[in-house]
Amino acid sequence: MSQDPMDRYEVVIGLEVHTHLKTDSKLFSPAPVRYGDLPNHDVHPIDLAMPGVLPVLNQKVVGLAIRLGLATHSSIQERSVFSRKNYFYPDLPKGYQISQYDEPVVSDGFLDIEVPTKVNARSKKEKAETCVKRVGITRAHLEEDAGKSIHDTAVAGSDATLIDLNRAGVPLLEIVSEPDLRSASEAVAYLRSLRSILRYIDVSDADMEKGQFRCDANISLRLHGESEFGTRTEIKNLNSFASIEGAIHAEVIRQSEILDDGGQIVQATMLYDVDRNRTRVMRLKENADDYRYFDDPDLIPLQIEEAFIEAIRSELPELPEQKRVRFAEEYNLGSAEAEILVSSRSMADFFEETAQACDSAKAAANWISRDLRRELNERDLEVSDLELEPVVLAKLIRLVEDGRLTAKNARDLLPELVDRGGDPEQIMQERNLEAVSDSGLIDTLVQTVMQENGEAVELVRSGDDKPLNFLMGKVMQASQGKASPGEVRKTLVEKIKGNGTSGEVS
Amino acid sequence: MSRISPEDVKRTAALARLSLSDDEMESMTRDLDRILEHADQLKALDTEGIEPTAHAIPLRTPLRVDRAAPAIDPEQALLNAPLREGTAFAVPKVIDGEGE
Repeated sequence: MSQDPMDRYEVVIGLEVHTHLKTDSKLFSPAPVRYGDLPNHDVHPIDLAMPGVLPVLNQKVVGLAIRLGLATHSSIQERSVFSRKNYFYPDLPKGYQISQYDEPVVSDGFLDIEVPTKVNARSKKEKAETCVKRVGITRAHLEEDAGKSIHDTAVAGSDATLIDLNRAGVPLLEIVSEPDLRSASEAVAYLRSLRSILRYIDVSDADMEKGQFRCDANISLRLHGESEFGTRTEIKNLNSFASIEGAIHAEVIRQSEILDDGGQIVQATMLYDVDRNRTRVMRLKENADDYRYFDDPDLIPLQIEEAFIEAIRSELPELPEQKRVRFAEEYNLGSAEAEILVSSRSMADFFEETAQACDSAKAAANWISRDLRRELNERDLEVSDLELEPVVLAKLIRLVEDGRLTAKNARDLLPELVDRGGDPEQIMQERNLEAVSDSGLIDTLVQTVMQENGEAVELVRSGDDKPLNFLMGKVMQASQGKASPGEVRKTLVEKIKGNGTSGEVS
Repeated sequence: MSRISPEDVKRTAALARLSLSDDEMESMTRDLDRILEHADQLKALDTEGIEPTAHAIPLRTPLRVDRAAPAIDPEQALLNAPLREGTAFAVPKVIDGEGE
């Protein structure tokens, strides 16, 4: 039997994303929303569930939920209802979470994402071939976050759990997808795309390290060609892309081993153990979650007027998906490149400004999606954190495009520009890096290198091009990296293969 | 007493973290049955064509401007806590991951 369970089974994944809405105060209380404060420094009597308190809905979250709804082509419900989800846990002081149940504010939308055409793409080539996949969004509803339980024995001791209610009452939007995803990489592509949209439309910072973007994954397997879904399990609380990918792989293996042995999957809630790369059962569904939802009598149903929705629609910025299509057409970019450039609003803006300033969209796209992105990754920074101005990068690109600076020397200057800024042209002159375009000098250098490497020259002349790069390297070295590689190559080829060793270029 | 079984009552009590004595079980079953009987009476009314209501008063949702007010003093927040550690509440050990 094949090693990869995905050769035998189709994986069916649906995701529930919890994202913190970007507000100053909580969903139902005026306590501040802050991260990293000492325990219980951001609480209000409403968050503590003191007797007699009443929740009052934060106006801003309604607009934010609508924005996400519109960005995902969803319907916005004119009327939605807050319900109580009842369960007991120490970080939930009321004994219930205020959520939305059968009448959520947003429903029936979709997200178009870019995925490998082959679901089980393995090679680089297979992964590069992509198509657009439509992922249904079942619903999105508003709810409050719970507090944080600290189990770590180093902090809490061996017989206590500590409770911090700073997070209690922070507004969440739970976004539920249809079971449309078919692999871990599709799941990650969906999450990346959703996170990028949330940031574009300023609905959430969606910082996973701060717990602002968390995911539960529902996973089942079925034989290829089967139309019925298999029994699913739900993995809770995944909070990094790596853990999402790892958890899905681990659960697919676990389920496939059970099915291969003729067993049956038991519906359960699972946890993913990152260290052991395994999923384990947290609770079985037969001890069913029975949350006894009912409409919260403290809150009146939320009414949203058409005019309010339209006002928000008119203010919606261009979304990543639209930008990607526009970039590809307007600037004639490849899809992978366009994808990188639209990954954040600041990246996209940086690209457009650079492209305009250096008058070459192609070169700007190249420099930003490869070289600049590498510098950012190394420093763990976002474009928006940079001191580097688009016009400065544009100047550097212009120098290369005009043949005044070799691409290699320009790349060597980039880290310095990223860290300290400055004027590329001035730096180039100070360091005496200006490209040698003097063909006489290149001729001389080529001549010298050819004399010193007669064997390599003979090989090239006899039709073996391999030593050509070696010879080029020698010439480049002799020019201190300043000669234009194109020019050097041309001269070398002409001198060796062209009309003998005369050095005359026609 | 056919509307609610002792098993239903037991399960509901467990979900509410209540432990009931046999006597309490009996009286609770009787009381709940009477509540359901009342609901049955309401169900007898013809509600065809009437919009379901989630709330008794037809009000608009009161909304609050998103402005943070100062949080209360953590000492005040912890005033009723039987146990604390720093400014965190301390509760008997809970098994990791059982929450939501």
